[in-house]
Amino acid sequence: MSSQAQKKKKRYFKLINQIPRQELFSPGHGLCAGCTAGTIVRHLLKAAGPNTIVVNATGCVEVSTTTYPYTSWKVPWLHLAFENAAAAASGVETAIKVLQRKGVIDPNKKINVVVLGGDGGTYDIGFQALSGMLERGHNVMYVLYDNEAYMNTGIQRSGSTPLFAWTTTTPAGKVWRGERRPKKPIAEIVAAHRVPYVATTNPAYPLDMLNKFKRGLEVEGPTFIHVLQPCPTGWRFDPRYGIKIARLATETGMWVNWELDHGEFDVTVPVPRRKHVKHYLRMQGRFKHLTDEEIEEIQKWVDQEVERINKMVGRQVIGPVEE
Amino acid sequence: MAVTVQEAKVTWKRLPLSSNYAVAYAVKDLDVDVIAAYPITPQTTVVEKIAEFIANGELNAEMIHVESEHSALSATIAASAAGARAFTATASQGLELMHEILHIASGLRLPVVMSIATRALSAPISIWNDYSDLMNTRDTSWITLIASSAQEVYDSIVQAYRIAEDPEVMLPVMVAYDGYLMSHTYEPVLVPEDNKPILDYAPKNYNRIKLDPERPITMGTLTGPEWYYEFKYQQVVAMKKALEKARKADEEFKARFGRGYGLIETFNVEDADVVIVAYGGLYGTVIEALEPLVEKGVKVGAMRLRLWRPFPVEDVKKALGNAKLVTVIDKAISYGARIAGPVALEIMSSFYQDEAKPMIMSIIAGIGQRRITEDTIREIVDYSFKVLDRGRAPEESLYWGVRGVKYE
Repeated sequence: MSSQAQKKKKRYFKLINQIPRQELFSPGHGLCAGCTAGTIVRHLLKAAGPNTIVVNATGCVEVSTTTYPYTSWKVPWLHLAFENAAAAASGVETAIKVLQRKGVIDPNKKINVVVLGGDGGTYDIGFQALSGMLERGHNVMYVLYDNEAYMNTGIQRSGSTPLFAWTTTTPAGKVWRGERRPKKPIAEIVAAHRVPYVATTNPAYPLDMLNKFKRGLEVEGPTFIHVLQPCPTGWRFDPRYGIKIARLATETGMWVNWELDHGEFDVTVPVPRRKHVKHYLRMQGRFKHLTDEEIEEIQKWVDQEVERINKMVGRQVIGPVEE
Repeated sequence: MAVTVQEAKVTWKRLPLSSNYAVAYAVKDLDVDVIAAYPITPQTTVVEKIAEFIANGELNAEMIHVESEHSALSATIAASAAGARAFTATASQGLELMHEILHIASGLRLPVVMSIATRALSAPISIWNDYSDLMNTRDTSWITLIASSAQEVYDSIVQAYRIAEDPEVMLPVMVAYDGYLMSHTYEPVLVPEDNKPILDYAPKNYNRIKLDPERPITMGTLTGPEWYYEFKYQQVVAMKKALEKARKADEEFKARFGRGYGLIETFNVEDADVVIVAYGGLYGTVIEALEPLVEKGVKVGAMRLRLWRPFPVEDVKKALGNAKLVTVIDKAISYGARIAGPVALEIMSSFYQDEAKPMIMSIIAGIGQRRITEDTIREIVDYSFKVLDRGRAPEESLYWGVRGVKYE
């Protein structure tokens, strides 16, 4: 096993009680009740610690956590605009590099630069800046919290919206059946930039999520963590079910928790027995218009995805649907 | 105000430089830490030269080769937010693409400096000079200097950091000059053998408010109706202060280095019935055209606007107050306005409240680098005296030199 691969197998957090207790994300923010973005950000900062600068794209987290004169952030935080968080992070990271070289900032102090962007700010309007940041090799970890639509402006379709999902701009009517295209495979597009570390995770698996944040920060160069973020407001579910839905996403194969560490691909949350996608879809109002046939169409699409993933890993990490 | 600073002992070397290269030399001498830029004609040789300086170890900086001007300004101001002295350069379409971030740079009070080799806007696409790009940035709360020689470009970039980083200002500064007509023409420029006097004049301040894990701050918040207005009013106040800061920066520059420009420049205004107002490289052409006329006893003078924002109202009124007619040549068009010259409008508004004021005529010229020669200027002077005799300035801007349009 190569040293790089050995490192990959390193798990920073094995038990919940190993998660740092320091809270760097304050309560009292304005995120919706049951919003899982708050859970993600809180754990992100636990993994990153205080020597971290966060660059936030415009979006739910940005508007909900910094209503002047209040802030939820106990680390330095910068927001410029919607489409340029990756460019801004490139500037911050470069400034730190030069100032450390010139001795203005202690060169031995590691300062994490983390981008936090939603799906609109990452898949769509921020994609060019993201690609530039990846290609230039900045030492930045980009965290995408993906709630699969423009939730901040009121649930409009984005490049991340899944097949058949209702949004305010892809309503379910006589002609349209919700979103007409599957999600854009953003993490794989990022991986195509040959960056050292790309991972997908979700907050129902906090240790998986924390370990990936930690790994993303440890690896030199651009890293990308794609986090599924169930949204009670936009997905139309009872606020208490956010984590349950996140877990069902993985259990049904609608979402796969994987990582690509220096070219080695692995599924970090294997699912030996898969649940039918209806268990995930039927919990959410955004899919309530779906017929059984349409659900089967999604099931077929997921089956194909699972087969593709298993081929990539080289063994069956995600099993067949067993009811 | 008396300037008490001793003239610095500086050894200058005289180099043939384009205005673009003059910018690059200034950036090097100011020890800028981070440069983020994207190629665009006619700006590109600025960053090419800076890249050479970095590549040869003459400037200890990092260049971010961004994928657009939008990202160029974003990375530049973010580097500034992290404490670095940061710079970018652009023109035309690039400046338009940056427009959103122009407001964010000033709203976050980040003291970056940007050079603009001014260029016409598409469509139809034109790579040649006018000031349409710069004039579109008027309301972005950037301090804006317009230089008229390569030496002044160098000196203005140096002054720009001094003004921008002043704790009572903390606003970004643009230094503009004519694309091609200046960006790609060579003039003798004095640059120092050693940059210490430049850094003594414009010292770096790494202790300003910045993104620092030891002292975390939140920059770029959501701000509701209860507070947003106060943020914006602070920019109004800072802009007001910037006027005197720009004046002092120039005076101290002159005291140290022997070169100064003022906020405006004038020629024979004391003794002129007609004053021609221009900005950028065109002023040189105006002076060349006017000198022989003045020698012959024609009562004509000229004024150059150097500081566009904040607008130096009192300086302008003092310079133009004796004239009977002020003819303002603008190289940009405010479409749909009767007076379509941005600087003409500004000068008119400066005098509006006064009882005694000169007639003001607005002329549009040099659009897309339509040639303006000394002959053109003399024609404009002749026409100005005709207007003076008639006793009434045209109510609309005159579109000088466009096909099919003649003014009697």
